[in-house]
Amino acid sequence: MSHFYGVELRSRLLLGTARYPSPAVLEGAIKASGAEVVTVSLRRESGAGRAGQNFWSFVQELGVRTLPNTAGCHSVKEAVTTAHMARELFNTTWIKLEVIGDADTLQPDVFGLVEAARILAEDGFEVFPYTTEDLVVADRLVEAGCRVLMPWGAPIGSARGLNNVYGLRSLRAHFPDIPLVVDAGLGMPSHAAAAMELGYDAVLLNTAVAEAGDPVEMARAFALGVEAGRAAFLARPMEPRDMAQPSTPVIGKAALGD
Amino acid sequence: MKRHSVTVIGAGVAGLCCALELAERGARVEVVERGRALGEGSCSWQAGGMLAPWCERATTDVSVAESGAPSIDWWSRHFPGTVRNGSLVLAQPRDSADLTRFAQRTERFDWIDADRIAELEPDLAGRYRRALFFADEAHLDPRRAMAALVERLADRGVAIRFAVELSPDAAPGDAVVDCRGLAARDALSDLRGVRGEMVVVRCRDVMLARPVRMLHPRIPLYVVPRGNGLFLIGATMIESEQRGTVSVRSAVELLNAAYALHPAFGEAEIVELGADLRPAFADNLPRVRREGRVFRANGLFRHGFLLAPALARQVADALEMETDDANIPERRRA
Repeated sequence: MSHFYGVELRSRLLLGTARYPSPAVLEGAIKASGAEVVTVSLRRESGAGRAGQNFWSFVQELGVRTLPNTAGCHSVKEAVTTAHMARELFNTTWIKLEVIGDADTLQPDVFGLVEAARILAEDGFEVFPYTTEDLVVADRLVEAGCRVLMPWGAPIGSARGLNNVYGLRSLRAHFPDIPLVVDAGLGMPSHAAAAMELGYDAVLLNTAVAEAGDPVEMARAFALGVEAGRAAFLARPMEPRDMAQPSTPVIGKAALGD
Repeated sequence: MKRHSVTVIGAGVAGLCCALELAERGARVEVVERGRALGEGSCSWQAGGMLAPWCERATTDVSVAESGAPSIDWWSRHFPGTVRNGSLVLAQPRDSADLTRFAQRTERFDWIDADRIAELEPDLAGRYRRALFFADEAHLDPRRAMAALVERLADRGVAIRFAVELSPDAAPGDAVVDCRGLAARDALSDLRGVRGEMVVVRCRDVMLARPVRMLHPRIPLYVVPRGNGLFLIGATMIESEQRGTVSVRSAVELLNAAYALHPAFGEAEIVELGADLRPAFADNLPRVRREGRVFRANGLFRHGFLLAPALARQVADALEMETDDANIPERRRA
Protein backbone atom coordinates (compact mmCIF):
# COMPACT_ATOMS: atom_id res chain seq x y z
CA MET A 1 0.00 0.00 0.00
CA SER A 2 1.20 3.48 -0.75
CA HIS A 3 -0.10 6.47 1.15
CA PHE A 4 -0.72 9.90 -0.26
CA TYR A 5 -2.16 12.41 2.19
CA GLY A 6 -3.88 9.66 4.15
CA VAL A 7 -5.26 7.88 1.09
CA GLU A 8 -4.19 4.26 0.73
CA LEU A 9 -3.60 2.95 -2.75
CA ARG A 10 -2.89 -0.56 -3.90
CA SER A 11 -1.51 0.43 -7.27
CA ARG A 12 1.82 2.23 -7.43
CA LEU A 13 1.27 3.46 -10.96
CA LEU A 14 -0.30 6.86 -11.58
CA LEU A 15 -1.34 7.59 -15.13
CA GLY A 16 -1.78 10.81 -17.11
CA THR A 17 -4.76 11.19 -19.44
CA ALA A 18 -3.38 13.36 -22.25
CA ARG A 19 -2.52 12.48 -25.83
CA TYR A 20 -4.23 9.13 -26.17
CA PRO A 21 -5.59 8.26 -29.63
CA SER A 22 -9.12 8.41 -28.21
CA PRO A 23 -10.96 8.41 -24.88
CA ALA A 24 -11.86 4.78 -25.53
CA VAL A 25 -8.18 3.83 -25.71
CA LEU A 26 -7.52 5.89 -22.58
CA GLU A 27 -10.18 3.93 -20.76
CA GLY A 28 -8.61 0.65 -21.87
CA ALA A 29 -5.17 1.81 -20.78
CA ILE A 30 -6.35 2.87 -17.33
CA LYS A 31 -8.03 -0.47 -16.79
CA ALA A 32 -4.99 -2.41 -18.01
CA SER A 33 -2.64 -0.37 -15.81
CA GLY A 34 -4.66 -0.93 -12.67
CA ALA A 35 -3.99 2.73 -11.82
CA GLU A 36 -6.20 4.13 -9.10
CA VAL A 37 -5.14 7.72 -9.67
CA VAL A 38 -5.12 9.58 -12.98
CA THR A 39 -3.96 13.12 -13.60
CA VAL A 40 -6.09 15.54 -15.58
CA SER A 41 -4.86 18.75 -17.09
CA LEU A 42 -7.05 21.77 -16.63
CA ARG A 43 -5.28 24.30 -18.73
CA ARG A 44 -4.29 22.25 -21.69
CA GLU A 45 -7.49 20.39 -22.22
CA SER A 46 -9.99 22.94 -21.17
CA GLY A 47 -9.39 26.46 -22.28
CA ALA A 48 -11.48 28.39 -19.83
CA GLY A 49 -14.28 27.57 -17.45
CA ARG A 50 -16.12 24.32 -17.84
CA ALA A 51 -15.52 23.81 -21.55
CA GLY A 52 -13.61 20.60 -20.86
CA GLN A 53 -16.39 19.20 -18.69
CA ASN A 54 -17.34 16.53 -21.17
CA PHE A 55 -13.86 14.98 -21.16
CA TRP A 56 -13.48 15.39 -17.39
CA SER A 57 -16.80 13.69 -16.76
CA PHE A 58 -15.67 10.85 -18.98
CA VAL A 59 -12.51 10.46 -16.86
CA GLN A 60 -14.38 10.76 -13.57
CA GLU A 61 -16.87 8.12 -14.61
CA LEU A 62 -14.04 5.61 -14.96
CA GLY A 63 -14.12 5.19 -11.19
CA VAL A 64 -10.55 6.27 -10.48
CA ARG A 65 -9.35 9.08 -8.25
CA THR A 66 -8.60 12.29 -10.15
CA LEU A 67 -5.41 14.25 -9.50
CA PRO A 68 -5.86 17.53 -11.36
CA ASN A 69 -2.65 19.20 -12.51
CA THR A 70 -1.49 22.67 -13.41
CA ALA A 71 0.34 21.58 -16.59
CA GLY A 72 1.14 24.46 -18.88
CA CYS A 73 1.37 27.06 -16.09
CA HIS A 74 4.45 29.24 -16.27
CA SER A 75 3.90 31.45 -13.26
CA VAL A 76 2.94 31.16 -9.61
CA LYS A 77 -0.22 33.14 -10.21
CA GLU A 78 -1.37 30.97 -13.10
CA ALA A 79 -0.69 27.81 -11.13
CA VAL A 80 -2.52 29.03 -8.04
CA THR A 81 -5.53 30.15 -10.07
CA THR A 82 -5.63 26.84 -11.91
CA ALA A 83 -5.41 24.95 -8.61
CA HIS A 84 -8.40 26.85 -7.27
CA MET A 85 -10.35 26.08 -10.41
CA ALA A 86 -9.40 22.42 -10.06
CA ARG A 87 -10.56 22.24 -6.46
CA GLU A 88 -13.94 23.60 -7.47
CA LEU A 89 -14.36 21.48 -10.60
CA PHE A 90 -13.12 18.17 -9.23
CA ASN A 91 -14.12 18.60 -5.65
CA THR A 92 -10.69 17.56 -4.39
CA THR A 93 -7.93 19.23 -2.40
CA TRP A 94 -5.32 17.23 -4.29
CA ILE A 95 -3.30 19.16 -6.83
CA LYS A 96 -0.33 18.12 -8.92
CA LEU A 97 1.61 21.33 -8.98
CA GLU A 98 3.61 22.17 -12.10
CA VAL A 99 5.26 25.52 -12.61
CA ILE A 100 7.17 25.32 -15.85
CA GLY A 101 10.40 27.29 -16.07
CA ASP A 102 11.52 26.49 -19.58
CA ALA A 103 9.16 25.95 -22.48
CA ASP A 104 11.58 23.77 -24.38
CA THR A 105 12.56 21.25 -21.71
CA LEU A 106 9.44 21.76 -19.58
CA GLN A 107 11.87 21.88 -16.66
CA PRO A 108 10.18 22.99 -13.45
CA ASP A 109 10.76 26.51 -12.19
CA VAL A 110 11.72 25.39 -8.70
CA PHE A 111 11.61 28.90 -7.22
CA GLY A 112 8.06 29.46 -8.40
CA LEU A 113 7.19 25.91 -7.41
CA VAL A 114 8.17 26.43 -3.76
CA GLU A 115 6.30 29.72 -3.64
CA ALA A 116 3.14 28.28 -5.19
CA ALA A 117 3.35 25.18 -2.97
CA ARG A 118 3.46 27.35 0.14
CA ILE A 119 0.46 29.42 -0.95
CA LEU A 120 -1.59 26.34 -1.81
CA ALA A 121 -0.61 24.30 1.26
CA GLU A 122 -1.57 27.20 3.52
CA ASP A 123 -4.89 27.31 1.69
CA GLY A 124 -5.62 23.68 2.55
CA PHE A 125 -4.47 22.04 -0.68
CA GLU A 126 -2.64 18.71 -0.63
CA VAL A 127 0.18 19.41 -3.02
CA PHE A 128 1.98 16.92 -5.27
CA PRO A 129 4.86 19.05 -6.59
CA TYR A 130 6.52 18.16 -9.90
CA THR A 131 10.14 18.97 -9.12
CA THR A 132 13.73 18.11 -10.02
CA GLU A 133 15.79 15.65 -7.96
CA ASP A 134 17.49 18.59 -6.17
CA LEU A 135 17.73 17.85 -2.47
CA VAL A 136 17.60 21.43 -1.27
CA VAL A 137 14.53 22.23 -3.35
CA ALA A 138 12.90 19.09 -1.97
CA ASP A 139 13.68 20.28 1.55
CA ARG A 140 12.06 23.64 0.84
CA LEU A 141 8.98 21.95 -0.60
CA VAL A 142 8.55 19.83 2.50
CA GLU A 143 9.05 22.90 4.64
CA ALA A 144 6.37 24.65 2.54
CA GLY A 145 3.91 21.91 3.46
CA CYS A 146 4.25 19.23 0.76
CA ARG A 147 3.87 15.68 2.07
CA VAL A 148 4.56 14.05 -1.29
CA LEU A 149 7.45 14.80 -3.65
CA MET A 150 7.50 14.06 -7.33
CA PRO A 151 10.99 14.39 -8.81
CA TRP A 152 11.44 13.94 -12.54
CA GLY A 153 13.25 10.98 -14.05
CA ALA A 154 14.02 12.98 -17.18
CA PRO A 155 12.30 15.84 -19.06
CA ILE A 156 8.58 15.34 -19.75
CA GLY A 157 7.92 13.12 -22.75
CA SER A 158 11.60 12.38 -23.36
CA ALA A 159 11.44 8.63 -22.59
CA ARG A 160 15.03 8.74 -21.30
CA GLY A 161 14.42 6.97 -18.00
CA LEU A 162 16.27 7.90 -14.81
CA ASN A 163 18.85 10.53 -15.76
CA ASN A 164 20.33 10.93 -12.30
CA VAL A 165 20.07 7.72 -10.35
CA TYR A 166 22.49 9.00 -7.72
CA GLY A 167 20.32 12.08 -7.11
CA LEU A 168 17.13 10.05 -6.88
CA ARG A 169 18.79 7.60 -4.48
CA SER A 170 19.99 10.41 -2.20
CA LEU A 171 16.52 11.90 -2.21
CA ARG A 172 15.08 8.56 -1.10
CA ALA A 173 17.69 8.28 1.64
CA HIS A 174 17.11 11.85 2.76
CA PHE A 175 13.31 11.55 2.92
CA PRO A 176 12.56 8.04 4.17
CA ASP A 177 9.09 9.02 5.38
CA ILE A 178 7.86 11.24 2.56
CA PRO A 179 6.13 9.40 -0.28
CA LEU A 180 8.28 9.84 -3.38
CA VAL A 181 7.01 9.45 -6.92
CA VAL A 182 9.15 9.54 -10.05
CA ASP A 183 7.16 11.74 -12.39
CA ALA A 184 8.02 12.24 -16.04
CA GLY A 185 10.68 11.03 -18.43
CA LEU A 186 9.97 7.30 -18.30
CA GLY A 187 9.84 5.47 -21.61
CA MET A 188 10.01 1.77 -20.80
CA PRO A 189 8.67 -0.50 -18.07
CA SER A 190 12.30 -1.18 -17.10
CA HIS A 191 12.63 2.53 -16.23
CA ALA A 192 9.62 2.22 -13.95
CA ALA A 193 11.07 -0.95 -12.41
CA ALA A 194 14.38 0.87 -11.82
CA ALA A 195 12.59 3.68 -9.97
CA MET A 196 10.73 1.19 -7.81
CA GLU A 197 13.94 -0.74 -7.08
CA LEU A 198 15.32 2.49 -5.60
CA GLY A 199 12.52 2.31 -3.08
CA TYR A 200 10.29 4.96 -4.63
CA ASP A 201 6.67 4.74 -3.62
CA ALA A 202 5.20 5.05 -7.09
CA VAL A 203 5.74 6.32 -10.62
CA LEU A 204 3.64 8.69 -12.67
CA LEU A 205 3.70 8.56 -16.45
CA ASN A 206 1.67 9.52 -19.48
CA THR A 207 3.40 9.79 -22.86
CA ALA A 208 5.14 6.40 -22.70
CA VAL A 209 1.73 4.76 -22.59
CA ALA A 210 -0.34 7.24 -24.60
CA GLU A 211 2.04 7.30 -27.55
CA ALA A 212 2.91 3.64 -27.64
CA GLY A 213 1.74 1.74 -30.70
CA ASP A 214 -0.62 -0.19 -28.44
CA PRO A 215 -1.29 1.96 -25.36
CA VAL A 216 -3.40 -0.66 -23.61
CA GLU A 217 -0.70 -3.32 -23.83
CA MET A 218 1.97 -0.80 -22.79
CA ALA A 219 -0.12 0.15 -19.76
CA ARG A 220 -0.18 -3.49 -18.73
CA ALA A 221 3.59 -3.75 -19.30
CA PHE A 222 4.19 -0.75 -17.02
CA ALA A 223 1.98 -2.24 -14.33
CA LEU A 224 4.16 -5.37 -14.43
CA GLY A 225 7.35 -3.27 -14.38
CA VAL A 226 6.17 -1.37 -11.32
CA GLU A 227 5.15 -4.55 -9.57
CA ALA A 228 8.49 -6.23 -10.37
CA GLY A 229 10.50 -3.24 -9.16
CA ARG A 230 8.55 -2.94 -5.94
CA ALA A 231 8.81 -6.67 -5.19
CA ALA A 232 12.56 -6.50 -5.85
CA PHE A 233 12.96 -3.60 -3.46
CA LEU A 234 11.06 -5.42 -0.73
CA ALA A 235 13.05 -8.59 -1.36
CA ARG A 236 16.27 -6.70 -0.46
CA PRO A 237 18.47 -7.18 -3.52
CA MET A 238 22.05 -8.35 -3.20
CA GLU A 239 24.84 -5.83 -3.43
CA PRO A 240 26.85 -5.67 -6.64
CA ARG A 241 30.42 -6.92 -6.34
CA ASP A 242 33.55 -6.71 -8.44
CA MET A 243 34.31 -10.38 -8.89
CA ALA A 244 32.35 -13.41 -9.93
CA GLN A 245 30.86 -15.39 -7.12
CA PRO A 246 30.07 -18.92 -8.17
CA SER A 247 26.57 -19.99 -7.29
CA THR A 248 27.71 -23.59 -6.94
CA PRO A 249 30.79 -24.49 -4.90
CA VAL A 250 33.98 -25.09 -6.86
CA ILE A 251 35.68 -27.21 -4.26
CA GLY A 252 34.48 -30.74 -4.08
CA LYS A 253 33.33 -30.89 -7.69
CA ALA A 254 32.78 -34.39 -8.99
CA ALA A 255 35.97 -35.41 -10.73
CA LEU A 256 35.95 -37.46 -13.87
CA GLY A 257 38.61 -40.03 -14.52
CA ASP A 258 41.48 -40.34 -12.09
CA MET B 1 -34.69 2.79 -52.82
CA LYS B 2 -35.72 4.34 -56.10
CA ARG B 3 -39.05 5.71 -54.99
CA HIS B 4 -37.95 6.61 -51.51
CA SER B 5 -37.92 10.17 -50.38
CA VAL B 6 -35.16 11.06 -47.95
CA THR B 7 -34.54 14.22 -45.98
CA VAL B 8 -30.91 14.89 -45.11
CA ILE B 9 -30.44 17.31 -42.22
CA GLY B 10 -27.19 19.21 -42.30
CA ALA B 11 -25.14 20.40 -45.27
CA GLY B 12 -21.68 19.79 -43.88
CA VAL B 13 -19.45 17.27 -45.58
CA ALA B 14 -21.36 14.36 -44.00
CA GLY B 15 -24.76 15.61 -45.17
CA LEU B 16 -23.59 16.50 -48.67
CA CYS B 17 -21.88 13.14 -49.20
CA CYS B 18 -24.92 11.24 -47.89
CA ALA B 19 -27.28 13.26 -50.08
CA LEU B 20 -25.19 12.65 -53.18
CA GLU B 21 -24.73 8.95 -52.53
CA LEU B 22 -28.48 8.51 -52.00
CA ALA B 23 -29.39 10.60 -55.04
CA GLU B 24 -26.96 8.59 -57.16
CA ARG B 25 -28.71 5.45 -56.04
CA GLY B 26 -32.06 6.82 -57.11
CA ALA B 27 -33.62 8.20 -53.93
CA ARG B 28 -35.53 11.46 -53.98
CA VAL B 29 -33.46 13.64 -51.68
CA GLU B 30 -33.88 17.00 -50.07
CA VAL B 31 -31.22 18.66 -47.88
CA VAL B 32 -32.06 21.14 -45.14
CA GLU B 33 -29.43 23.23 -43.41
CA ARG B 34 -29.87 25.60 -40.50
CA GLY B 35 -27.08 27.92 -41.70
CA ARG B 36 -28.00 30.67 -44.12
CA ALA B 37 -25.26 29.78 -46.58
CA LEU B 38 -22.99 26.88 -47.41
CA GLY B 39 -20.46 26.37 -44.62
CA GLU B 40 -22.08 28.64 -42.08
CA GLY B 41 -21.89 26.96 -38.69
CA SER B 42 -20.36 23.86 -40.21
CA CYS B 43 -17.07 22.57 -38.89
CA SER B 44 -16.33 21.11 -42.34
CA TRP B 45 -15.70 24.68 -43.46
CA GLN B 46 -12.63 24.85 -41.19
CA ALA B 47 -11.21 21.49 -42.29
CA GLY B 48 -7.69 20.95 -43.59
CA GLY B 49 -8.85 18.83 -46.52
CA MET B 50 -6.07 16.26 -46.39
CA LEU B 51 -6.95 12.86 -47.81
CA ALA B 52 -4.15 11.10 -45.95
CA PRO B 53 -5.37 7.63 -44.92
CA TRP B 54 -1.86 6.22 -44.53
CA CYS B 55 -0.43 9.11 -42.53
CA GLU B 56 -3.43 8.80 -40.23
CA ARG B 57 -2.31 5.27 -39.33
CA ALA B 58 0.20 6.95 -37.00
CA THR B 59 -2.50 7.70 -34.47
CA THR B 60 -5.71 6.03 -35.57
CA ASP B 61 -7.38 2.68 -35.91
CA VAL B 62 -6.63 0.68 -39.06
CA SER B 63 -10.28 1.09 -40.08
CA VAL B 64 -9.63 4.79 -40.80
CA ALA B 65 -7.08 3.88 -43.47
CA GLU B 66 -9.26 1.10 -44.84
CA SER B 67 -12.43 3.14 -45.23
CA GLY B 68 -10.54 6.33 -46.04
CA ALA B 69 -8.39 5.06 -48.92
CA PRO B 70 -11.27 4.70 -51.44
CA SER B 71 -12.34 8.26 -50.71
CA ILE B 72 -9.42 9.58 -52.79
CA ASP B 73 -11.06 8.12 -55.91
CA TRP B 74 -14.49 9.22 -54.74
CA TRP B 75 -13.40 12.83 -54.40
CA SER B 76 -11.51 12.76 -57.69
CA ARG B 77 -14.72 11.64 -59.41
CA HIS B 78 -16.93 14.24 -57.78
CA PHE B 79 -14.54 17.15 -57.46
CA PRO B 80 -11.99 17.74 -60.23
CA GLY B 81 -10.03 20.05 -57.93
CA THR B 82 -8.82 17.05 -55.91
CA VAL B 83 -5.01 17.11 -56.04
CA ARG B 84 -3.24 13.75 -56.07
CA ASN B 85 0.31 14.81 -55.33
CA GLY B 86 0.88 12.80 -52.19
CA SER B 87 1.98 14.26 -48.90
CA LEU B 88 5.29 14.94 -47.26
CA VAL B 89 6.23 14.37 -43.62
CA LEU B 90 9.18 16.21 -42.09
CA ALA B 91 10.75 16.83 -38.71
CA GLN B 92 13.25 19.31 -37.40
CA PRO B 93 16.62 17.62 -36.78
CA ARG B 94 16.06 17.62 -33.01
CA ASP B 95 12.77 15.77 -33.45
CA SER B 96 14.12 13.14 -35.84
CA ALA B 97 13.12 10.37 -33.42
CA ASP B 98 9.53 11.35 -34.12
CA LEU B 99 10.05 10.81 -37.85
CA THR B 100 11.38 7.31 -37.24
CA ARG B 101 8.46 6.54 -35.01
CA PHE B 102 5.99 7.95 -37.54
CA ALA B 103 7.53 5.64 -40.15
CA GLN B 104 7.14 2.62 -37.87
CA ARG B 105 3.45 3.26 -37.47
CA THR B 106 2.44 4.11 -41.02
CA GLU B 107 2.56 2.47 -44.43
CA ARG B 108 2.69 3.20 -48.17
CA PHE B 109 5.52 5.76 -48.02
CA ASP B 110 9.12 6.12 -49.18
CA TRP B 111 12.02 7.50 -47.23
CA ILE B 112 13.39 10.26 -49.44
CA ASP B 113 16.61 12.24 -49.29
CA ALA B 114 17.48 15.89 -49.77
CA ASP B 115 17.68 15.60 -53.57
CA ARG B 116 14.24 14.05 -53.86
CA ILE B 117 12.80 16.61 -51.45
CA ALA B 118 14.22 19.35 -53.68
CA GLU B 119 12.63 17.72 -56.74
CA LEU B 120 9.23 17.47 -55.11
CA GLU B 121 9.23 20.80 -53.31
CA PRO B 122 11.91 23.10 -54.77
CA ASP B 123 11.25 25.76 -52.14
CA LEU B 124 12.26 23.32 -49.40
CA ALA B 125 15.56 22.48 -51.14
CA GLY B 126 18.50 22.33 -48.77
CA ARG B 127 16.34 22.67 -45.70
CA TYR B 128 15.71 18.99 -44.84
CA ARG B 129 17.90 15.93 -45.24
CA ARG B 130 15.21 13.30 -45.10
CA ALA B 131 11.46 12.99 -45.23
CA LEU B 132 8.64 10.50 -45.69
CA PHE B 133 6.78 10.74 -48.98
CA PHE B 134 3.27 9.27 -49.12
CA ALA B 135 2.86 9.30 -52.90
CA ASP B 136 -0.72 7.95 -53.00
CA GLU B 137 -2.31 10.55 -50.77
CA ALA B 138 -4.25 13.60 -51.91
CA HIS B 139 -5.69 16.89 -50.74
CA LEU B 140 -8.47 19.28 -51.61
CA ASP B 141 -9.86 22.67 -50.68
CA PRO B 142 -12.85 21.76 -48.48
CA ARG B 143 -14.82 24.88 -49.37
CA ARG B 144 -14.50 24.40 -53.11
CA ALA B 145 -15.15 20.69 -52.68
CA MET B 146 -18.37 21.35 -50.76
CA ALA B 147 -19.48 23.84 -53.42
CA ALA B 148 -18.78 21.19 -56.07
CA LEU B 149 -20.97 18.68 -54.22
CA VAL B 150 -23.78 21.23 -54.14
CA GLU B 151 -23.48 21.50 -57.94
CA ARG B 152 -23.45 17.73 -58.37
CA LEU B 153 -26.59 17.60 -56.23
CA ALA B 154 -28.25 20.33 -58.29
CA ASP B 155 -27.44 18.32 -61.44
CA ARG B 156 -29.55 15.56 -59.95
CA GLY B 157 -32.33 17.90 -58.98
CA VAL B 158 -31.49 17.91 -55.28
CA ALA B 159 -32.12 21.25 -53.64
CA ILE B 160 -30.65 22.52 -50.40
CA ARG B 161 -32.93 24.62 -48.24
CA PHE B 162 -30.82 26.95 -46.17
CA ALA B 163 -31.85 28.67 -42.95
CA VAL B 164 -34.19 25.80 -42.10
CA GLU B 165 -33.89 24.12 -38.75
CA LEU B 166 -35.73 20.83 -38.60
CA SER B 167 -35.78 18.22 -35.90
CA PRO B 168 -35.22 14.77 -37.44
CA ASP B 169 -38.47 13.46 -35.96
CA ALA B 170 -40.46 16.21 -37.60
CA ALA B 171 -38.72 16.04 -40.97
CA PRO B 172 -40.71 14.77 -43.94
CA GLY B 173 -39.75 11.73 -45.98
CA ASP B 174 -39.69 7.95 -45.81
CA ALA B 175 -36.31 8.19 -44.18
CA VAL B 176 -34.31 10.95 -42.49
CA VAL B 177 -30.53 11.13 -42.38
CA ASP B 178 -29.40 13.15 -39.39
CA CYS B 179 -26.05 14.74 -40.27
CA ARG B 180 -26.19 17.61 -37.80
CA GLY B 181 -22.78 16.93 -36.31
CA LEU B 182 -22.41 18.15 -32.74
CA ALA B 183 -25.93 19.62 -32.83
CA ALA B 184 -27.23 16.05 -32.83
CA ARG B 185 -26.15 15.65 -29.24
CA ASP B 186 -29.80 15.89 -28.21
CA ALA B 187 -30.07 12.39 -29.69
CA LEU B 188 -26.50 11.12 -29.29
CA SER B 189 -25.51 11.62 -25.68
CA ASP B 190 -22.08 10.04 -26.12
CA LEU B 191 -21.03 12.57 -28.74
CA ARG B 192 -18.42 15.10 -27.63
CA GLY B 193 -16.74 18.11 -29.19
CA VAL B 194 -12.98 18.23 -29.74
CA ARG B 195 -11.73 21.71 -30.35
CA GLY B 196 -9.61 22.38 -33.41
CA GLU B 197 -7.97 25.61 -34.48
CA MET B 198 -6.43 26.69 -37.76
CA VAL B 199 -4.86 29.68 -39.45
CA VAL B 200 -4.98 30.65 -43.12
CA VAL B 201 -2.08 32.76 -44.39
CA ARG B 202 -1.13 34.25 -47.73
CA CYS B 203 2.50 33.84 -48.68
CA ARG B 204 3.82 34.68 -52.14
CA ASP B 205 7.37 33.53 -51.50
CA VAL B 206 6.75 29.84 -50.93
CA MET B 207 5.12 27.34 -53.26
CA LEU B 208 4.11 23.90 -52.07
CA ALA B 209 2.61 21.23 -54.29
CA ARG B 210 1.29 19.06 -51.48
CA PRO B 211 0.48 19.08 -47.76
CA VAL B 212 3.52 19.05 -45.52
CA ARG B 213 3.30 17.61 -42.01
CA MET B 214 5.79 18.84 -39.52
CA LEU B 215 6.26 16.40 -36.66
CA HIS B 216 6.60 18.01 -33.30
CA PRO B 217 6.78 16.33 -29.89
CA ARG B 218 3.66 18.01 -28.67
CA ILE B 219 1.36 18.89 -31.57
CA PRO B 220 1.03 17.41 -35.04
CA LEU B 221 1.09 20.30 -37.47
CA TYR B 222 0.47 20.54 -41.17
CA VAL B 223 0.59 23.16 -43.89
CA VAL B 224 -1.80 22.60 -46.79
CA PRO B 225 -1.46 24.64 -50.00
CA ARG B 226 -4.75 26.12 -51.14
CA GLY B 227 -3.55 27.81 -54.33
CA ASN B 228 -3.24 31.55 -55.00
CA GLY B 229 -0.58 31.83 -52.32
CA LEU B 230 -2.97 30.65 -49.61
CA PHE B 231 -1.97 28.05 -47.03
CA LEU B 232 -3.96 26.47 -44.25
CA ILE B 233 -1.98 25.74 -41.09
CA GLY B 234 -3.63 23.29 -38.74
CA ALA B 235 -4.63 22.02 -36.39
CA THR B 236 -4.85 21.78 -32.66
CA MET B 237 -6.77 19.00 -30.93
CA ILE B 238 -8.01 20.00 -27.53
CA GLU B 239 -10.43 18.07 -25.34
CA SER B 240 -12.56 21.11 -24.82
CA GLU B 241 -15.90 22.34 -26.02
CA GLN B 242 -14.97 25.95 -25.76
CA ARG B 243 -16.27 28.00 -28.68
CA GLY B 244 -14.71 31.21 -29.81
CA THR B 245 -11.68 32.12 -31.80
CA VAL B 246 -8.10 30.83 -31.72
CA SER B 247 -6.15 31.24 -28.50
CA VAL B 248 -2.84 33.08 -28.56
CA ARG B 249 -1.00 29.94 -27.49
CA SER B 250 -2.45 27.93 -30.36
CA ALA B 251 -1.83 30.70 -32.88
CA VAL B 252 1.79 30.94 -31.76
CA GLU B 253 2.28 27.21 -32.10
CA LEU B 254 0.62 27.01 -35.51
CA LEU B 255 2.44 30.03 -36.92
CA ASN B 256 5.75 28.83 -35.47
CA ALA B 257 5.34 25.58 -37.35
CA ALA B 258 4.96 27.37 -40.67
CA TYR B 259 7.88 29.62 -39.84
CA ALA B 260 9.99 26.60 -38.93
CA LEU B 261 9.04 24.94 -42.21
CA HIS B 262 10.21 27.98 -44.17
CA PRO B 263 11.24 31.36 -42.76
CA ALA B 264 9.47 33.11 -45.63
CA PHE B 265 6.22 32.31 -43.81
CA GLY B 266 7.35 34.96 -41.34
CA GLU B 267 6.42 37.55 -43.95
CA ALA B 268 3.07 35.95 -44.76
CA GLU B 269 -0.14 37.81 -44.04
CA ILE B 270 -2.76 36.28 -41.79
CA VAL B 271 -5.97 35.89 -43.74
CA GLU B 272 -8.14 33.97 -41.34
CA LEU B 273 -8.16 32.43 -37.88
CA GLY B 274 -10.68 29.68 -37.33
CA ALA B 275 -11.80 27.39 -34.54
CA ASP B 276 -14.59 24.89 -34.23
CA LEU B 277 -15.57 21.67 -32.51
CA ARG B 278 -15.26 18.30 -34.21
CA PRO B 279 -18.01 15.82 -33.33
CA ALA B 280 -16.53 12.60 -31.96
CA PHE B 281 -17.54 9.41 -30.20
CA ALA B 282 -15.38 7.90 -27.45
CA ASP B 283 -13.28 5.88 -29.91
CA ASN B 284 -13.00 8.82 -32.35
CA LEU B 285 -14.54 6.65 -35.09
CA PRO B 286 -17.69 7.55 -37.04
CA ARG B 287 -20.80 5.43 -37.01
CA VAL B 288 -24.38 5.23 -38.27
CA ARG B 289 -27.12 4.62 -35.71
CA ARG B 290 -30.70 3.99 -36.55
CA GLU B 291 -33.87 4.88 -34.68
CA GLY B 292 -36.96 4.02 -36.70
CA ARG B 293 -36.79 5.93 -39.96
CA VAL B 294 -33.99 8.20 -38.69
CA PHE B 295 -30.40 7.29 -39.55
CA ARG B 296 -27.85 9.24 -37.55
CA ALA B 297 -24.49 9.54 -39.30
CA ASN B 298 -21.98 11.24 -37.05
CA GLY B 299 -18.63 11.26 -35.25
CA LEU B 300 -16.34 12.01 -38.19
CA PHE B 301 -13.90 13.69 -35.75
CA ARG B 302 -10.97 15.10 -37.70
CA HIS B 303 -11.62 12.82 -40.67
CA GLY B 304 -14.60 14.53 -42.28
CA PHE B 305 -13.41 14.61 -45.88
CA LEU B 306 -11.49 11.35 -45.54
CA LEU B 307 -14.36 9.29 -44.13
CA ALA B 308 -17.60 11.00 -45.23
CA PRO B 309 -17.81 9.06 -48.53
CA ALA B 310 -17.57 5.75 -46.64
CA LEU B 311 -20.09 6.92 -44.07
CA ALA B 312 -22.45 7.91 -46.89
CA ARG B 313 -22.09 4.46 -48.44
CA GLN B 314 -22.92 2.91 -45.10
CA VAL B 315 -26.08 5.01 -44.80
CA ALA B 316 -27.14 4.24 -48.36
CA ASP B 317 -26.46 0.51 -47.92
CA ALA B 318 -28.56 0.43 -44.76
CA LEU B 319 -31.41 2.22 -46.49
CA GLU B 320 -31.13 0.13 -49.63
CA MET B 321 -31.19 -3.13 -47.75
CA GLU B 322 -34.41 -2.02 -46.22
CA THR B 323 -36.03 -1.10 -49.53
CA ASP B 324 -34.99 -4.40 -51.03
CA ASP B 325 -36.41 -6.32 -48.12
CA ALA B 326 -39.53 -4.20 -48.36
CA ASN B 327 -39.44 -3.92 -44.60
CA ILE B 328 -40.79 -0.43 -44.71
CA PRO B 329 -44.44 -0.34 -45.64
CA GLU B 330 -45.27 2.20 -48.32
CA ARG B 331 -45.47 5.46 -46.51
CA ARG B 332 -46.69 8.86 -47.29
CA ARG B 333 -44.47 10.41 -49.89
CA ALA B 334 -43.47 13.98 -49.77
